[in-house]
Amino acid sequence: MNAIRRGLGHWLVQAFLVVIGLIWLTPLAGLFVSSLRSAEDTAKGGWWTAFANPAQLSFDNYSALLKNAGMTQAFWNTVLISVPTTALVVIVAALAGYAFAWLDFPGRDPLFLLVVALLVVPVQIGLLPVAKMFGQLGLFGTIPGVVLFHVAYGLPFAVFLLRNYFAEMPKEMLEAARMDGGDEWRIFTRLVLPVGRPAIASLAIFQFLWVWNDMLVALLFADTSSQPLTVELQSQIRQFGSNIDVLAPGAFLSLVVPVVVFFAFQRHFVQGVMAGSVK
Amino acid sequence: MTSTLAKDKGASPSPPSVPPAQRARRLRRRGRVVALLFVFPALLLLGALVVYPVLFSVGRSLFDASGTRFVGADNYTEMFRNPATLKAIRNTTIWVVVAPVLLTGLGLILAVLVEKVRWATAFKLLLFMPMAVSFLAAGIIFRLAYDEDPDKGVLNAAVVSVHDVFKDSSSYPAARAREGHGLTKGDDGSYSTRAGLSPGDTVHLPMVGVLPKDLPGGAEPASAAAGGKTAADELRGVVYLDFTPGGGGTQGKVDSGESGLPGMKVEAVRDGRTVASTTTASDGSFHFGGLKAGSYAVKLPESNFAPPYQGISWLGPTLVTPMIIGAYLWIWTGFAMVLIGAGLSALPRDALEAARIDGANEWQIFRRITVPLLAPVLTVVFVTLVINVMKVFDLVYIIAPGPVQEDATVLATQMWLVSFGGGNNQGLGSALGVLLLLLVIPAMVFNVRRFRRSQ
Repeated sequence: MNAIRRGLGHWLVQAFLVVIGLIWLTPLAGLFVSSLRSAEDTAKGGWWTAFANPAQLSFDNYSALLKNAGMTQAFWNTVLISVPTTALVVIVAALAGYAFAWLDFPGRDPLFLLVVALLVVPVQIGLLPVAKMFGQLGLFGTIPGVVLFHVAYGLPFAVFLLRNYFAEMPKEMLEAARMDGGDEWRIFTRLVLPVGRPAIASLAIFQFLWVWNDMLVALLFADTSSQPLTVELQSQIRQFGSNIDVLAPGAFLSLVVPVVVFFAFQRHFVQGVMAGSVK
Repeated sequence: MTSTLAKDKGASPSPPSVPPAQRARRLRRRGRVVALLFVFPALLLLGALVVYPVLFSVGRSLFDASGTRFVGADNYTEMFRNPATLKAIRNTTIWVVVAPVLLTGLGLILAVLVEKVRWATAFKLLLFMPMAVSFLAAGIIFRLAYDEDPDKGVLNAAVVSVHDVFKDSSSYPAARAREGHGLTKGDDGSYSTRAGLSPGDTVHLPMVGVLPKDLPGGAEPASAAAGGKTAADELRGVVYLDFTPGGGGTQGKVDSGESGLPGMKVEAVRDGRTVASTTTASDGSFHFGGLKAGSYAVKLPESNFAPPYQGISWLGPTLVTPMIIGAYLWIWTGFAMVLIGAGLSALPRDALEAARIDGANEWQIFRRITVPLLAPVLTVVFVTLVINVMKVFDLVYIIAPGPVQEDATVLATQMWLVSFGGGNNQGLGSALGVLLLLLVIPAMVFNVRRFRRSQ
């Protein structure tokens, strides 16, 4: 009797989770199928009707998208923003993280508490003052401006994560390296960076996805020639419906890269997100 | 950086004449210089682009829109008077109260349940994946799913089909009575005959406005039913389409070839009260039996003619915020589930086993052991979500259609609109930014405390 009840309960749990999984998949499937249909077909019936009518599906929207100069430019801008940002955040934060963990300098502990406090500062508060500053420096509306802003707001978390990871290294290891006459730069590049690789990988993936997916910062700091995919797509959202043949494949293209990165490095990504909780 | 290091290296074999104490001091000083070089880039960027802007915004929020006149706290009082910003504050409050609780609860339930199936990893990956998708893409995904037209939005398509299973959709949304042939239209959209019919009478109710191709399958000609005999205690009649295919025929008469309208609801009304109701047969005929003598009217209630159910206006002013929160759940549930799941797997097995051996059921174990032991993890998840929910911007900006933006607005979008999106009041905008910062200060304190305790 008990076994039957447990079996039934197990079956119910499975059914419930399958339903939840389907609910999670459906909106995504809707976007993908919509991206394969023409705007006229979408105006006539929902994407699910395409299953009865597979002739509607084609990659025409995608090839049109690749010929659209604005879109391809925006795609490259996204790469040109997210790759340098990721590299800079990792380098700057690794240097600082090592110093906060193992070097001695005046004000070290209060400064690190400041970094911890800055973890939760919303980017919104920086928009206006930094826009003014970048305007004077000639950085407003340029890719370097967008990159610098992202780097600054990515740093608190990055420094926090790497400092904590580096601080776990055994003290003897560093002392031995110092005894061997290694200067700090060499210890940093030959010892600290290799040992810290798992944390650095998590940070890099997390940071890359964060910047790739950003819209708010680029909406303000980029102009039409430097805007990433998110801003380009956002500028077309007003005609939602009539230009679904551009929006759906564009959105799908913008999410393919992060999703591939996610599946390729899921362990690192999950760890990065988990370390970043309470951010 | 490398050039400095090279110089340092060149100077390092110090001259032997220097006393050791001085040498040690010099070494320490050099160590400090190196350390400062390591932290300098980070501190410069944080100072110039994060700390300074915070101070600047606090100062700027005390000045008027143009930035020339000091207005003290006026922007802050304005914030609570201006209907648009007040709406943003209200909506952000709804977000903060609703979203983190739902997410933590859902994450907890799923984390516990998913451990019981073999495909747990696949499920976790699927639910976590939206975390990798941009809010913009998620916004477009849900804008599509929430489309009002049930022929476009999958959610309304589902609602309409469920609705139609439980409630018959009206059969004749376009039908109307032939004018001047006994039927008059009521205020509610129904049609009735004049009162004064008595049992034994027969009525013919002509309708128009239905295309022959829209007739329900199985509709039969009405002429046979139009004759027939009527018993003394019954009221008989036929509802038909007063249109003769191929032309000809007389208006208001049941000509041969004219079709009955099956499935039409018909009521017999006496003294304003419905005393009997029925549905027409395939030839459009109906009859009410066993009627007492009196004066009756025959009524075709409005439900016959109601427009087809069109689902729910998800992105209308009332539902837009809950629906955007729904999209937010799609993105963040996986995060809550995975984080709570990690906490779950760290729970002491012995406690759970001991409880099971003592005969506790799963619910008791969940309530009395799992949840209390998980409290620290749940707190972390909850706080993280609160912080992120306060800053939500892209989803609202993308999902809410233009005219509904002001109903869906939250602090972050309002701050954007006021400062850059046409409002052009950077004083008020800065004040909204500062409010956003003030709201996350408890989280800041929580973080700093947690960090100090861990040291």
